[in-house]
Amino acid sequence: MGWHKRVLRVNLTDGSCNAEALNMEWAAAYLGQRGLATKYLLEEIDPKVDPLSPENKLIFATGPLTGTMASTGGRYSVVTKGALTGAIACSNSGGYFGAELKFAGWDMIIFEGKAASPVYLLLRDDSAELLPADDLWGKSVWETDEILHRRHQDPQLRVSAIGKSGEEGVLFACIVNDLHRAAGRSGVGTVMGSKNLKAIAVRGTQGVKVKDPARFMRVVAEKKQILAENAVTSQGLPTYGTQVLMNVINEVGALPTKNAINVQFDGAGKISGEAMHEVRASDGKSNLVANKACFGCTIACGRISKMDKTHYTVVNRPEYWGASGGLEYEAAWALGAATGVDDLEALTFANFVCNEQAFDPITFGSTLGAAMELYEMGLISAADTGGTALNFGSAEALTKMAELVGKGEGFGKVLGLGSKRLCEKYGHPELSMSVKGQEFPAYDPRGIQGMGLTYATSNRGACHLRSYTVASEILGIPEKTDPLATEGKAGLVKAFQDATAAVDSTGLCLFTTFAWSLDDFQPQVDAACDGEWSLERLSEVGERIWNMERQFNLAAGFTGKDDTLPKRLRKDAAKTGPAKGRVNDLKKMLPEYYQLRGWDDIGVPTQETLARLGL
Amino acid sequence: MKLSLKLYASFGEYLPAGAERHVVTLEVPESTSPLNILEQYGVPIAQVHLVLINGIFVPPGKRHLPLSDGDELAVWPAVAGG
Repeated sequence: MGWHKRVLRVNLTDGSCNAEALNMEWAAAYLGQRGLATKYLLEEIDPKVDPLSPENKLIFATGPLTGTMASTGGRYSVVTKGALTGAIACSNSGGYFGAELKFAGWDMIIFEGKAASPVYLLLRDDSAELLPADDLWGKSVWETDEILHRRHQDPQLRVSAIGKSGEEGVLFACIVNDLHRAAGRSGVGTVMGSKNLKAIAVRGTQGVKVKDPARFMRVVAEKKQILAENAVTSQGLPTYGTQVLMNVINEVGALPTKNAINVQFDGAGKISGEAMHEVRASDGKSNLVANKACFGCTIACGRISKMDKTHYTVVNRPEYWGASGGLEYEAAWALGAATGVDDLEALTFANFVCNEQAFDPITFGSTLGAAMELYEMGLISAADTGGTALNFGSAEALTKMAELVGKGEGFGKVLGLGSKRLCEKYGHPELSMSVKGQEFPAYDPRGIQGMGLTYATSNRGACHLRSYTVASEILGIPEKTDPLATEGKAGLVKAFQDATAAVDSTGLCLFTTFAWSLDDFQPQVDAACDGEWSLERLSEVGERIWNMERQFNLAAGFTGKDDTLPKRLRKDAAKTGPAKGRVNDLKKMLPEYYQLRGWDDIGVPTQETLARLGL
Repeated sequence: MKLSLKLYASFGEYLPAGAERHVVTLEVPESTSPLNILEQYGVPIAQVHLVLINGIFVPPGKRHLPLSDGDELAVWPAVAGG
């Protein structure tokens, strides 16, 4: 229960779609979604495989609580070997697609091989068909969504698709469902494009069964009440979204600015969550028009924005005048502070384009920031960019380059390599703000020390969503720690990593953890799923998943030497703010982290650790 | 002494007239504390979560201690993101 115990295997090479039983031994050990899909991937592919070859696989996976009445039960993950990183990739998305996939009666879909020509999967309960997508190839996510709804005459169809960026091989293409929710990071959309798979359209009517319905309903109601009474999940997130962090992180001196040259941004206030509420002088309206919830969510942190129709980006372009997915904090940081651009409407436009053509705003913004630094150093010229001056702070450069990346055209092709390859191309690899090939997000590890260890050890490349120690170091959740201290951070990072891996395998949203701890997930999982799910077992699942992901990366060729940070963060001290004079002291944290993990001194799990975790 | 008061998120409504975006410069007596200022402007103390002076966190037990000339006091209710 919780699980449907069914997997859909789609072979794109021969066009077959077959049902098979979910491996319940693995479900018992890895729960679902992130953990279970990673187990399948590790068992089914050679981790050394070229991520863009037909031998790579692409797994869409729900969790046992996806599609249930548990709050935030709309999550699914896309697991593959990342196109951007060559590491394990697991990108998690909300919206409604995940629940619909579960309603159709499937725990996961495994795509393998490569279609000879573009196709999309139409999945209606037990009926799975691969259909030609030649007419969809070249279309945006938004166009694809509209065409499929019209073609199949079902307003409740849920569509997950790639845009043109994924077709053109932009290495940080993502997969967007429900128009503006994204499995965003590591180039999962690029893998989908390499398989000639344009979209999945799903409609389900089967519901989800749980082990003990009465207990499940009672427990879920109790946990929803916690979210309703918590100030963050009942007021802060619905009103200001994640974007409320822009001013917080700027004040604490940890906002990476202009390719992390600086740690504070003068324009932060103009692109903040508060600014999205302000009335524009131009049209008397605010950028933000509403908040929005994903399936089953009682938080509703999503942003819905409308642009100023007189802004230069959208004059005479009514396709951008409607209400659409607005800026979240990470996107606003990457498109804004990382590039030095403080034009909120330009950022909103670039964000719309990221959704429309499905590419990751974090990697895009960070890569553009690196290109701007190279431009100002004289290493990239206007001739390279097609005539666009890439100065820091140029809104025109931001919006022009967003459109080029979206279509994979012109200098957008070069930016589409991501910052690691771009900076190598221009002879300055040290200017890429990335770890394991993936750009770090909106927290500067010189001002938040634990995030340095988080980025360095994240299995999918630099990421905040693998151990969000910002919650403790800055926001005081669950308890306040000193962001400038290194003591205790190894244990903090490990605890966050293991708990997050478990949460990401349930089908629920990580944002509940601003109010819930693993103790609150445990009774929901236990009431829904076969077997006995104690807190200890759930914690061990998280640790097992983390070590399994590590094994994938080690087998793919990564080593402990890849657990590092860009030189700028380790050598160039912060110039302003509370962290002035500080670098990230990764070396003080990493050995203790390895020790706590039960890994040897070069970062390899010991036999004892693997045996303890059943790996 | 002079200091800057920054009230963010829903606390923005408690800023006095003359504030620019979320900041206002105040002239206050020596020994004024963060709590004195928040009470003066009617900020609901029970909802105060994050208090920073010059970007550095001030725990609840130290919010009654005096500020210094030139300090920047920034305050939020409970907020989070990711």
